[in-house]
Amino acid sequence: MSTPYDAMWEKLNLDLEAHAGLLEVLGKFYGDIYLSQDGRLKGMEYLDFVLSEIHGLRIQELQEAKKQGKKVIGAFCVFVPEELVLAADAVCIGLCAGAEIGTEAAEKILPRNTCALIKSFVGFKLAGLCPFIESCDMVVGETTCDGKKKAYEVFSEYAPLYVMEIPQMKNASDRVLWKSEVLRFKEQLETITGNKITAAKLKEAIALVNRRRRVLQRLNRLRAAVPTPISGRDVLLINQVGFYDDPIRFTQKIGELCDQLEERVKAGEGIVPKDTPRLMLSGCPMAVPNWKLPYIVESSGAVIVGEESCVGTRNTRDLVDESGETIEEMLDNLVDRYMQIDCAVFTPNKERLDNIVHMAEDLKVAGVIHYGLTFCQPYAAEAIKVEKTLQGAGIPMLAIETDYSMEDMEQLKTRVEAFVEMVS
Amino acid sequence: MNKQDLVAGIDIGSRSIELVLLQGDRIKDWAKVPTTFDPMAQCRHLMNGVRATKIVATGYGRKLFAETGQDNGVAAITEIQAYALGARYVYPEVRTVLDIGGQDTKVIHLTPVGRVLKFEMNDRCAAGTGKFLEFMATALQVPLESFGGFALKADKRIQINSMCTVFAESEATSLMARGETPANIAMGLHLAIVRRTLAMLGRVGGASPLLFAGGVAHNPCIKTLLEEDRKETVMVPEHPDIVGALGAALYGRKTL
Ligand code: SF4
Ligand code: SF4
Repeated sequence: MSTPYDAMWEKLNLDLEAHAGLLEVLGKFYGDIYLSQDGRLKGMEYLDFVLSEIHGLRIQELQEAKKQGKKVIGAFCVFVPEELVLAADAVCIGLCAGAEIGTEAAEKILPRNTCALIKSFVGFKLAGLCPFIESCDMVVGETTCDGKKKAYEVFSEYAPLYVMEIPQMKNASDRVLWKSEVLRFKEQLETITGNKITAAKLKEAIALVNRRRRVLQRLNRLRAAVPTPISGRDVLLINQVGFYDDPIRFTQKIGELCDQLEERVKAGEGIVPKDTPRLMLSGCPMAVPNWKLPYIVESSGAVIVGEESCVGTRNTRDLVDESGETIEEMLDNLVDRYMQIDCAVFTPNKERLDNIVHMAEDLKVAGVIHYGLTFCQPYAAEAIKVEKTLQGAGIPMLAIETDYSMEDMEQLKTRVEAFVEMVS
Repeated sequence: MNKQDLVAGIDIGSRSIELVLLQGDRIKDWAKVPTTFDPMAQCRHLMNGVRATKIVATGYGRKLFAETGQDNGVAAITEIQAYALGARYVYPEVRTVLDIGGQDTKVIHLTPVGRVLKFEMNDRCAAGTGKFLEFMATALQVPLESFGGFALKADKRIQINSMCTVFAESEATSLMARGETPANIAMGLHLAIVRRTLAMLGRVGGASPLLFAGGVAHNPCIKTLLEEDRKETVMVPEHPDIVGALGAALYGRKTL
């Protein structure tokens, strides 16, 4: 079937046939998991639209921006300071890597025992399936886990890659390292865009990204109500879309959605009955279209009311201090904010444990599901600690390790259902 | 609730389907059939002529059965809950339930009052399950029913390292080529399963007393090795394969 976007996709060198197949699967998947929900909010139509146009309108917008001389910068990790990208007048896109397609191609150049997320981004590139990657003038990698670090070396042969070094401890010397990396990134952005990052622009960018974080914080506060007014699946989708949609539009639309939620909460209306067991997800990020586990959880009689994840609160919890006036002050504020990220690649990482317990208690959850991607060392190792810590707080936890394939659906369903029975 | 009400529990597993009929607190009848390629037809066959007030399904086919099921609505619970309930019925003191079935192994840690505290299931491969034993018994040309007794005749303990069905077979073949007796090899294979099971038991806490259920509980060698390691008597119910179906029926009774 031809679409109005074929010419654009062809120009981006996508494999058109395979791409059509991808869109079809995505559409079906989306219908089953999202559109079939009862009592969805009107405000979600915006997200349905954005998602249906994920490879269409949004890509067109990116191409328009490029025509006007803007650069498109892609990133895979919430550690990449988006504020600097925006201050350099470039577009920042969080690249997703949540599907299995292209895995076979990826396994030719990467070890099989690599996590699905890494295989997916490499696979998307090799298979010519992602118009976002193809639109990027620069893709920013980071030295978080070893798997990513080494994958970027291979990836750099196929895409314009720039790598930032992320420290793995939080001592004074690590902060110094991170600050020098932020400065290096700033220079790189200035070179590639030809724009100077001024204090005024940076101030504006910091305020903008903070606004987006605030609206997502508001969303999280609203959904904490009993009964929760929105499904966890929908909130995950919002978090996912937040990575690649235009930040101004996104913030406004989610604000409108929150207004609707507020009314629901006031009226005591929920998306599920108020005695539905409330669960929280914790662990590895879930990139589009990785909806497998949330779908299983919410079709097993539970509802998800929080995500301790990079596609979740790890991305929105901390704001950048907005009081900085000079570039120097603002950079320091940026550096401080990003050093608060409690990704499992850090050692030690006690903050994450504390945060999980706080979140679980605040949200009054009956249990936590820890989501780890198979072969992800950092999160697998932390899963054990998280479980011990939660146990100490009297909160049950189920550890799930899986990838993007659908082979283990039945197994996962049994586990999740048994967990829901256990905590109900 | 009427004392005479009949409640049915049906456990639709990957290898076999079991039915338990409860009348009041008493098991009135039970039956077991192979799953075959048409499990729903087997279920209908089992349920034929059964007039139960309530039916509860468990096992991997529970959803399908509940959906295509009877007019009065069939409830479904997971194997975890079913085994927890069933185990408490046969042995009220139980704190840990081990169930080795056709394709998966489950370990369930119960609180003193019988609530599920934590559980583990093996991941998608069949290592350490009934399937593994079945495969190895065939490879050694010993009938599955006597495989455990055969292994107990071993005169020494050799170590089989691989738990993957394919690799374990080639390991067994090469041991055979080196002149190792089939009984010793069989023992090695049983030891491998028990090692794996003990690791799972360790992960959920493994409190005593332990009840061993599921099809593999018929195997005396696994039981003996577990007891040796845990230095305690391991409870095996008279009919270890119907614990899940029994649990489902008990759940039905509770929710009548
Ligand atoms: S989990 Fe860690 S490495 Fe992955 S996106 Fe989040 S911060 Fe980055
Ligand atoms: S999921 Fe784990 S292994 Fe995969 S990229 Fe993230 S940190 Fe690395």
